[in-house]
Amino acid sequence: MNDLRSVAERLTQRFPQDVVAVAEFRGDLSVTVRKSALLTVGRFLKEEPGLEFDYIVHVSSVDYPTEPERFEVVYEVYSIRHRRRIRFKTRLSEADGEIDSLSSVWYGANFMEREIYDMMGIRFHGHPDLRRILMPDEYDEGFPLRKDFPLQGRGWRDTFEFLEPPASPAAPSSKDSP
Amino acid sequence: MTAERFSGEAGLVTLTLEQAVNWARKGSLWPLSFGLACCAIEMMTAVSSRYDIDRYGAGVFRASPRQADLMIVSGTVCRRMAPYIRKVYDQMPEPRYVISMGSCATSGNIYDSYSVVQGVDRFVPVDIYVPGCPPTPEALFDGILKLQEKIMRQKVFGAKTVTAPPRGTPQGAPQGVP
Repeated sequence: MNDLRSVAERLTQRFPQDVVAVAEFRGDLSVTVRKSALLTVGRFLKEEPGLEFDYIVHVSSVDYPTEPERFEVVYEVYSIRHRRRIRFKTRLSEADGEIDSLSSVWYGANFMEREIYDMMGIRFHGHPDLRRILMPDEYDEGFPLRKDFPLQGRGWRDTFEFLEPPASPAAPSSKDSP
Repeated sequence: MTAERFSGEAGLVTLTLEQAVNWARKGSLWPLSFGLACCAIEMMTAVSSRYDIDRYGAGVFRASPRQADLMIVSGTVCRRMAPYIRKVYDQMPEPRYVISMGSCATSGNIYDSYSVVQGVDRFVPVDIYVPGCPPTPEALFDGILKLQEKIMRQKVFGAKTVTAPPRGTPQGAPQGVP
């Protein structure tokens, strides 16, 4: 526990402007940072001797639809060498909608950030391959895990375009005409 | 078999050719190896030696739809899986049968969500619905026995045995032989 407090202290000392809040709950440490500092904080956590959070456990996102900074992106990292984990998170508004990708720091963040983009519509700046990952590429109903998304979707689940009869023969192309 | 006559002395059974064909078909249902969710675990249990699905002649699970004539839709049908289920169904040779195993495949169960199809019969004709969440192997066997009864009532000669509706017709009610 003191162990984690020392991590929190190092973070607040190193980024006095950017660490917004430090919270501890039942042995878990959560640090909220400013969106602009996300990449530097991430790199610091991974590379700083004595911290070395080298394993990205999970990336997730939360939607607080009534708050001005609507989305929260949560990163959980673990240090295999020091056997401790911390969670750091950042907030962003819907209008903004973009955040730095941490997949250049932890490559394992790649797919998890894609899932957040797929489900929540948050774009990750600098992500090498930001595509939908669970829903089909052509899915156009929006982002299903947002709180304002209708639970039953917008009709996609009941539309079976593969059942449609084959399209009527196309108008003769110029090749067919004499 | 209602019309057959058994002559004990000569060791002969007389029956119509239709009955013979149906009898052969019902005793050699080759299911498709096709599991979607937890119902598939019960389906696999039904194959195990304790329950032994082979007692009903339905134990030869095929890895290719072209060698199978029974598709057991065992599990939650996600919308993204739907085109592949239909493709696999289309590749099965006729006569072909579909068992909707469990509440999810039948109606979507509790998954009234944007990604889950509310019943596989919306895009594939279903012969037998097996209730349960998941159904026990015994329940699946009951479905197979019901399907065998249905096959025995099937018209073979001079009747349309195709169970698939034309593509593009709205689905909903189970189709096939009465």
